[in-house]
This record gives sequence, C-alpha cells and structure tokens, in this order.
Amino acid sequence: MTPEEIHGALSARFGDRIGPLMPAKLDAWALVVKPADVPEICRFCKSDLGFDCLINLTGIDWNKKNQIEVVYHLWSYAQRHSFVLKVQLDRAAPSVPSIESVWKSADWLEREQYDLLGIDFPGHPDLRRIMLPDDWVGHPLRRDYKEQAEWHGIQTTRESPLDGFVRLDELRKKAAASAAETAGATAAAAAPGAKKEVLQ
Amino acid sequence: MSEARRGTDHPTMDMTNKEVMKRIEYGGDMLLNMGPQHPSTHGVINFLVQTDGEVMKRAIPEVGYLHRSLEKIAEKCTYNGYMPYTDRVDYIAAMFANQGWAMAIERLLDVKVPKRAEYCRVIACELNRISSHLVAAGTMSMDIGAVTPFPYALREREFINDLLEELCGARLTYNYLRIGGVAFDLPEGYEDKVLGFVTHFEKILTEFDRLITYNEIFIQRLGNLAPISKEMAIDYCLVGPNLRGSGVKFDVRRDLPYSVYPELQFDIPVGKGECGVVGDCWDRFWVRIAEMRESCRILRQCVAQIPKGETMAKMPRKIKIAEGLEASSRIESARGDMIYYVVGGGENAYRCKVRTGSFTAMGIIDTLSRGLMVADLVALIASFDVVAPEIDR
Repeated sequence: MTPEEIHGALSARFGDRIGPLMPAKLDAWALVVKPADVPEICRFCKSDLGFDCLINLTGIDWNKKNQIEVVYHLWSYAQRHSFVLKVQLDRAAPSVPSIESVWKSADWLEREQYDLLGIDFPGHPDLRRIMLPDDWVGHPLRRDYKEQAEWHGIQTTRESPLDGFVRLDELRKKAAASAAETAGATAAAAAPGAKKEVLQ
Repeated sequence: MSEARRGTDHPTMDMTNKEVMKRIEYGGDMLLNMGPQHPSTHGVINFLVQTDGEVMKRAIPEVGYLHRSLEKIAEKCTYNGYMPYTDRVDYIAAMFANQGWAMAIERLLDVKVPKRAEYCRVIACELNRISSHLVAAGTMSMDIGAVTPFPYALREREFINDLLEELCGARLTYNYLRIGGVAFDLPEGYEDKVLGFVTHFEKILTEFDRLITYNEIFIQRLGNLAPISKEMAIDYCLVGPNLRGSGVKFDVRRDLPYSVYPELQFDIPVGKGECGVVGDCWDRFWVRIAEMRESCRILRQCVAQIPKGETMAKMPRKIKIAEGLEASSRIESARGDMIYYVVGGGENAYRCKVRTGSFTAMGIIDTLSRGLMVADLVALIASFDVVAPEIDR
C-alpha cells in the first residue's frame, strides 16, 4: 500500500483524529493529534493494515516549540510497506500510552526514550532506566540538559589536558630569546669590564 | 525450603539493582550476577540470573555499561565530523555504521554517489561482513566449549584486516566512507588480491563446515535449543541473520535495495530447521556461514563489474541541512537492519537515532531464557551475535 492509501484507511476509521498526511520532504508521515489515541491506532495498524513490526521509536525534543515529538516507524514484513506516525507532547510532562502490548519490540525502545528524554509511557510493564544508572538525574537528550557534577563521588568532568599547554616551538622560541638575552647581558656586562681593563 | 530462605536475610545485591530485586519474587532461588566482566557475554553486559539449580527462571539483561552517548555527540559536531564516531557504534563491523550515516545524509542532501564509489563501498562492506561473521562463528563455538575453531576463524579474519588496512589504513575503525563517496580509491592490484582471498576462503569455508558446522557434538548441543518462531521474531523486531534464522526471507539488500545491490546476484539463506526446529541456535549459526558464501559471490561479481571513474561526488565544503528536514536510512549490517534516523538542524544534526540489531535482540532474552539451563544462556547470547557497544551506543 502507498502512504496515501494507508492514510486513507486510517482517516476512514478514525476520522479527524488522524492529522493530515505530510507530503513529506522525504518520508511520508501522518500526525496523530491526541496521545491517548495512540494504542488504538497502533492496534488497528497491526490488525487491519498488516504492520507487524515496530522498527524504530524516536523522541525529539523541540525546546523552541515547547514540544516533545515521538516518532513511530512502522514496517510490514507481510506486505513490505512502511509508515510513520508522529505524536506531539507537552514538554513539561511528556506522556503517551505505551504500545508494548501491541508490539513487543516497543518494550526496550520505550525504555530507552524514557531514559534519555524523560518521556513517560503509562502502561509499560517495566519502565526504568536502561542506559544510565537508576539514580541518575536528568535526561541527556533534552536540549537544555546539564550534566550533574558528580555521581557517587565520581567527577563527571575533568580538567582539560590542554590547559596550560605550551607548544613546543613556542617553548624553543622562548628559550632562544632568553638565551640571546643572557648572551647580550653578559656581553654588556663584559664590555665595561673590558673597558676598565683597557683603562687600567 | 523456599519459606525459610525468603525474606530480608537473603543476600542483597548492590544499590543500583535494588529496583530489579524488588520485582523478582525469589523463593529459594539463587540470584546471581553474570557479568559485567564475563568472557562469554561479548562485551560488558550484566545478566541478573534467577536460577533454581541449573535451570534458569529468568535472565534479565542489564545494559548501559558502554553507553558513550553517541546520539548526543551527533548533535554537537558537523555531519562530516561525525563519521569517525559512527565507527564506534559497532567496532566489529564498522563499515556498515559508516554507510548508514553516509546514506542518511546523502538522502537529505539528494546527492548521487558515483558508481565506482558505490562498488568500493560494497567491496569494503562485504569484506567486513565476512570478518564480522567469522568473529561471530568463532566466538560462538568457543563459548560453548570448542576452542579450536576460534583461532581458525581469526586467522582468516586477519587476511581481511590486512586487506582493509591496505584500503583505508585502519584495521577496525575504518572511517573509510565519506558523505558523497569514499575516502580512497582501490589501490593498485586490489581486485586481484580480493579475488585471491575469495578463492582461498571458499575452500576454508568447506573446511570450517567439516570442522564445526556439521560436527555431531555441535549439532547435539545447539539443535532444538531456544527456538524462535517467525511471529515472535517479527514481534520482537529481530533483524538480520537472527530473523532469517527463524525462516523469514527478508534482506534489506534485496527487499529495499540500496547502493548497487540490484545489479548483483545473490541468494538469501534462511533457517530450515536442518538439525532441529526452525529458528534454533544452530539455524542462526548456519545462516551466518551461508551468508559468508553469498558475500564471496558478491565480491567476485563486484571485482568483475567495477567501472572506472570518480570516487567522490561534488560536495559543498560545508554541509548545511534545513532544520526539521528528516530522513532515515536502512542498511543490512552484519547484525541486520540498521536504521539511522536523522533530523537536520543547520550545520549539525538536530537529532540522530541509531536503531541497531543488537539492541532489539537483547530485548528478547528475558522471555527466551525462561526454563533454559544456565549454560544455554551463553549459547543463546552467542547465537544472537550481540556486540556490547552496539547495544549501548
């Protein structure tokens, strides 16, 4: 099925709950307006449109628009077609119902986005951090993320090894300059002495 | 027994695993950490294993020890500057990670890569696929106790490492591909060297089959072990050889053709349940061996067909992509369908998501491990050919 046909089938079933098809710049995708509709739409995609696999799930932090977007990449092994669903969430408390019950692959994919972007997936059976330690503060893929200074006494930053670093040729130049200076000074110091000697 | 040992006097794990501990109801079972430094977990992964004697009730993978925030780094450096970082996504098969990134950006910029560069890419990638599968096959046989095949596999891999070193100067993290082409053309006489290696290697593969693949002990050990049905493999989003081991005939190179793969003839081996049921550990092993033969076929054709010409498309000095423009690329890596989803944002990517095969394969282990023996967990992990940095990125 082409993206237009898939979008047509979705709109016929869900009406105006499905956003318009974006005649995409590169990938065709449709906007789902309400996060609460996501599990129902996904279940329909699986049962009626042949999408048997969720191949990718991405969260994007649009901090200027004050939004967090969740992008679902669906793929059908049976019919070899793909589609993209997008949901836009409030950045302060991003939350979209889990689709772990529809596709099992969503389990780990949702956990990853929860960990790195702080998106809540209510209904997920085991929503906990996956990459970072359980007691980590903050979500690194947020645009305004500030790393905590230390974790259990381990510093998260270190001094730059380049601080106070002087280039070797500059060092040589300095050494040459100071050598010339001392040579000049001794010559200057020696010169009056020589004069004295002459005077004597 | 279970009543007596239940309760607060049970040995406690360290703090970070406390959450997991609470979720497991252990009555008389032993709870142990397998990893993170364990030779057979293929990198730094921890498995929380709940066992009743030798039989596992559950094995929960704990990943993240090798998380290097590669997706965050993509937001900080330029498109060309990110290329060396992609090598680190999967250091056993770095060429594919290069290609995924290059293809995503080329799609965003609408660049057409010259034919010769595409052939160079395919030659490099197929060589890398063989070397990656050799590591997979070698370590898998070593994990279950057959040490001899491992040095044999690594000996052959050395030839490929030498070939790739001649091509791009590096043996593991290649940084060979560029956005719009490849960094270097093939050196003088390289085609003959590749042909020589392929001729030599096809004989070795037959030998390898006799040594381990159809070895009676090996079959007894892996046949019928931890089978995954077609539906389950698709539901958990297993990809690549793991998916084909379960009998799904899908290969991105053929079904969503990219690069010059439409011009090349090759078969897609799928698990047939020759030594047990379809989708068991032996099938996954056999698919990799069969894929190496197909890669040899592809290499022969590439060497014969490669045209003369440029190896780099005309590219702007500074790549800029409008904010919000997005594209994804799917390539068939040695570990299966690898997806780069990139959202442009000026001089560096706004968001880059790398969906790798190892990551989704780890998600299925919790379910599959129930009722297996502890020693079988090792075979199961090895049969998925997971690479720890690829899980964590």
